[in-house]
Amino acid sequence: MFDFIARRLVAIVPVLAVVAVFVFLMLRLTPGDPAAVIAGDNATSDQIADIREKLGLNQPIWQQFGIWIGNILQGNFGESFFFKKTVAELIAQRVEPTLALALCTLVFAVCLAVPIGVLAAYRQGSVFDKAVMAFSVLGFSVPGFVIGYCLIYIFAIELGWLPVQGYVRIGVDFGRFAERMVLPSLTLSVGFIALIARITRASVLEVLNEDYIRTARAKGLSNRVVLMRHALRNAAVPILTVIGLGIAILMGGAVVTESVFGLPGLGRLTVEAVLSRDFPTIQTVILLFSVVYVVINLLIDISYTLFDPRIRY
Amino acid sequence: MADKKPVLEVRNLTVALPGGADRANAVQKVSFTVNSGEIVCLVGESGSGKSVIAFTVMGLLAKALKPTGGEILLEGENVLAASEERLRELRCTRMSMIFQEPMTALNPVMSCGEQIDEVLRTHTNLDNATRKAKIIKILSRVKLPEPERIYASYPHQLSGGQRQRIMIAMALVLDPVLLIADEPTTALDVTTQAEILKLIAELQETEGTGVLFITHDFGVVAEIAHKVAVLRWGELVEMGPTEQILSRPVAGYTRMLISSVPSIHPVHRGVRLEGKTVLRTEKLGKTYSGKSFFQKARVVKAAIDVDLDIRRGETLGIVGESGSGKSTVARCIARLIDPSEGKVYLGDTEIATMSASRLRPHRRKVQIVFQDPYRSMNPRITIGESIIEGPMNFGLPRDEALARARKLMETVRLDPNALDRYPHQFSGGQRQRICIARALAMEPELLIADEAVSALDVSVQKQVLELMSELQSEFGLTYLLISHNLAVVRQMSTAVGVLHNGVLVEKGPTDAIFDNPQADYTRMLLDAVPDISRVA
Repeated sequence: MFDFIARRLVAIVPVLAVVAVFVFLMLRLTPGDPAAVIAGDNATSDQIADIREKLGLNQPIWQQFGIWIGNILQGNFGESFFFKKTVAELIAQRVEPTLALALCTLVFAVCLAVPIGVLAAYRQGSVFDKAVMAFSVLGFSVPGFVIGYCLIYIFAIELGWLPVQGYVRIGVDFGRFAERMVLPSLTLSVGFIALIARITRASVLEVLNEDYIRTARAKGLSNRVVLMRHALRNAAVPILTVIGLGIAILMGGAVVTESVFGLPGLGRLTVEAVLSRDFPTIQTVILLFSVVYVVINLLIDISYTLFDPRIRY
Repeated sequence: MADKKPVLEVRNLTVALPGGADRANAVQKVSFTVNSGEIVCLVGESGSGKSVIAFTVMGLLAKALKPTGGEILLEGENVLAASEERLRELRCTRMSMIFQEPMTALNPVMSCGEQIDEVLRTHTNLDNATRKAKIIKILSRVKLPEPERIYASYPHQLSGGQRQRIMIAMALVLDPVLLIADEPTTALDVTTQAEILKLIAELQETEGTGVLFITHDFGVVAEIAHKVAVLRWGELVEMGPTEQILSRPVAGYTRMLISSVPSIHPVHRGVRLEGKTVLRTEKLGKTYSGKSFFQKARVVKAAIDVDLDIRRGETLGIVGESGSGKSTVARCIARLIDPSEGKVYLGDTEIATMSASRLRPHRRKVQIVFQDPYRSMNPRITIGESIIEGPMNFGLPRDEALARARKLMETVRLDPNALDRYPHQFSGGQRQRICIARALAMEPELLIADEAVSALDVSVQKQVLELMSELQSEFGLTYLLISHNLAVVRQMSTAVGVLHNGVLVEKGPTDAIFDNPQADYTRMLLDAVPDISRVA
């Protein structure tokens, strides 16, 4: 087990190296000059050249890359071109809304989607099952911002139950924080629920055909116990896997959702940074997202052992 | 006993099949009784409705099947009329069931103790300590070693026989009056089967449990049954005391079934032919190792120093239990897997280490017929295409290959015009004939039959075996016959090799091995074979 975790942690290094190279090159090979953005519309070409010089953008690409990596290894993620702060400060400031959104969405989606999926599998072919299947197709195919605006229209504008957008820090006022999290989490979780409900249904359906389910019923157990104790736990591994993979969707969705609901999180920071060609910020946020993704999937692999005694690392 | 109600009384039971099936009822007006302390065997071939009866009694029938008539009385209570809740109460307290496949019948993510405990928690109000004590007691009663350790083990840590013991413990922990055993030993090796049968007989004798035992195997019937009911196409053909049914069957079908059972007793195959050696292995070995970067590699020796030789026109039988390495040896000989050590001579050519490209022309010479006729043919191409694919690969023009296929279909007694049909349109026995035709289309020097008749009903098995014998005498074929069924090997082989844990413990002429076995393991195997003639 310890070996396994150590190996997986070591394996993060090459992943990050590839991501680092890729992001770095992408930013520099695509058109758009941060110096021009910073200098503004009325700048002369001399002013722009000065700024380029100051930001170190005149050096050869490989040299810029070397400096960046060297700094990262020393724990220095650079300074934002645009916000006049270190990237580390910037991220620390913006991490709370994104973390809150992601956790709310995850909890919301799992608590809703797993029971829905189990029930759909148990009542295979029923109206409920068909409704779930239809919902999951819809949930996948409707883009997040459409869902977001629909929810805002219904719950914030027409019904007036919840605020349209904005964010209040959790430490400041929990009640106002919570009511501002509902719509964004709902929006973000629709696709996630669709995904998890569907995989839960498929996975439970498969398990329900297993011999040990028949054994469980032959013991005189009630349907609920058979489903929850025997079927769901055996179906857990594929469900967990999909939840892990879905974290990527979550992070992509956070960018859109935060923009729609005006949450000052990492997603919106990414958008702002991309629009202003803020290279150090973009690079660091992307690296951070990759670390989170890899670590979460490692945690999920480890959690398999809790559900299935046959899996040992 | 006369004043007591029978444990189970089935009266005129009819179970309807969904529309579009090959017959209207899965079970048609079947009646029988099981008294306490009695073992009643339901015998029949696949599709006879024997399992349907068992599942109807337990109330576990698939939704598509509906009991439409008759009654099932469990100590006088009609379970067909019982509510779902009442059925749940009865399960495991008054009637219990054990299943065919112990490998999959237990929940893999719960410990064995927990799974038995679930029965007690559902049906009793005993406290933790009492439940635990009760479970440990039943685990030792089903003769599991170290009950405490077994209690905490997960199913995958136990063998098939041990898992079946867990199932039996679970079924009997609340002393039910009826135990239904649905082919409980079919998936087990003969030695394990013998132990499980002994256990069931012992337990039911001491507890006075009534047992409804479902099997297709007359050997098992002879070992265990007090009464036998023979089923065919959902109808009861014949019923009576075991001795009477086995030695003086009245119905033609019963007689046919019993005569189809291959006997372990001698036939005249005896002499080994002094022919040319078709295939010879020298110190053949296969080692599987799970390589891992950090962990110590796990090494399994599936075959160790196996020396065999097969002469033209003879049948070499290889017997052994599961995990003995018999399939590994066959696959090494056919070079479906690469041997790790030793040599394989096909004629005079050594093929064990030959490169894939140089091996190709020799591929034709060894063909295999596999165990499961339902899975060994591509379901999406016609059987004609399956048969001609091989010869065409080796350069035979399509029309010649088709002509050969038509001829082969006649050889295996199938309609040559059926070549454009798909595998699912044939029965299991027909499919296995097609597989034989497919193998023969390559005009092999050696035909390997890897458990080729194990999945078939006895009557069909008999036909396929007869076909194989006829083909052998007609075309001088050479067979390597791999089977766990010693009777089949005895009937078919001129020479026999016995494999145990990858080692060839004994080999020689068939009669010598069966009549005068030298190795202890061979003797143990032979003793374990359930034998119909012990009663008859």
